[in-house]
Amino acid sequence: MSKEWPLWEVFIRGQHGMSHRHVGSLHAADAEHAVKNARDVYTRRNEGVSIWVIEAEKITASSPSEKGPMYDPARDKVYRHPTFYDIPDEVGKM
Amino acid sequence: MYAQMVKSEATKDDPEQLAAFQARIDAGEKIEPKDWMPEGYRKTLIRQVGQHAHSEIVGQLPEGNWITRAPTLERKANLLAKVQDEAGHGLYLYCAAETLGVSRDEMTQMLLDGRMKYSSIFNYPTLTWADMGAVGWLVDGAAIMNQVPLQRTSYGPYARAMVRVCKEESFHQRQGFHIMMAMVKGTAEQKRMAQDALNRFWYPALMMFGPSDKDSVHSSQSMAWKIKMNTNDELRQKFVDETVPQAEYLGLTIPDEDLTWNEENGQYDFTEPDWNEFFDVISGNGPCNVDRLSARQKAWDDGAWVRDAMNAHAEKKAARKLAAE
Ligand SMILES: [Fe+2]
Ligand SMILES: [Fe+2]
Repeated sequence: MSKEWPLWEVFIRGQHGMSHRHVGSLHAADAEHAVKNARDVYTRRNEGVSIWVIEAEKITASSPSEKGPMYDPARDKVYRHPTFYDIPDEVGKM
Repeated sequence: MYAQMVKSEATKDDPEQLAAFQARIDAGEKIEPKDWMPEGYRKTLIRQVGQHAHSEIVGQLPEGNWITRAPTLERKANLLAKVQDEAGHGLYLYCAAETLGVSRDEMTQMLLDGRMKYSSIFNYPTLTWADMGAVGWLVDGAAIMNQVPLQRTSYGPYARAMVRVCKEESFHQRQGFHIMMAMVKGTAEQKRMAQDALNRFWYPALMMFGPSDKDSVHSSQSMAWKIKMNTNDELRQKFVDETVPQAEYLGLTIPDEDLTWNEENGQYDFTEPDWNEFFDVISGNGPCNVDRLSARQKAWDDGAWVRDAMNAHAEKKAARKLAAE
């Protein structure tokens, strides 16, 4: 059996002004081929105005088992949210 | 369904881990590829999602059969778009299965050598143009019934693939029904063809939901894991209840003399399909099993040089780019 085409992750910008979003993956021999396949597989109904592809193995992901230590530092910093600060009503909209 | 008779794989994991996993599922959390999961969950899903993917791909064959013979250019474009969607569905699902640690080539190999199945429905022939109507209406209709609840399945990549699939699927059913509407309004001969297509596809469509609940021993684990959302009989009943009025609208007769409205339960009583036929078809003896698999084998063999050439081209380009740097 011959070598399998590598796996690519596909990101699509749905509309102008929006960020690219991960939509799925596909196999392709190289980047150009991946963009062409992504057009056929993921934008048959005008789902996008721009496509990004990246080889899946080039992505570094955080590990789910480190979820605790990774995100805990953010949890106790309620002062990062606007609602932490009480501003009297008479000041008006802020 | 597209994944009929998927056996839940046994699991030999640490009971504490299993319980924690089940608690996540019960809480409605999605399981993602890198999360811990029981071996049985992983294996059952590979089997189920793989079988679902194979069904989408093999399912292109009976309809592909009519693309060049569609009666009008518009119908041809509709059917071509529909069949192309099915290729897309297969690809979404293969990718979901791959996140579980099986490669695309392995799955293809397992389909070709019979270790993995596809839905029994695609082993029936499409003899006339009216069959394109019946397939879209009934087969995609039955598929939708199963796929809609699967959007809530516990495995993230599978659920997301189902969301995409469901968005595209309703056009499939409607284009089929549209063909049926045209046929029944046509000549007496065309109406007869529509009735004949319904006659041939009715019971095979009912079989798509898999064996009766009393004979399907594997569903309880899958239901607890939320990789199966409804029992086979529940979905089959729902399908009958929705389809009968549609047949009436078309002026066609469901080929079941015992079909009756049950006032008490508010649902139809109907005749179950011939389960011997079902088991026979699923084990390889349907009218088109040999054809379908040989078509897939031929596509795989004939495509080998293309796959290799694409790789060689990519390597050459990469080497040239490196040399220029
Ligand atoms: Fe499909
Ligand atoms: Fe479909």
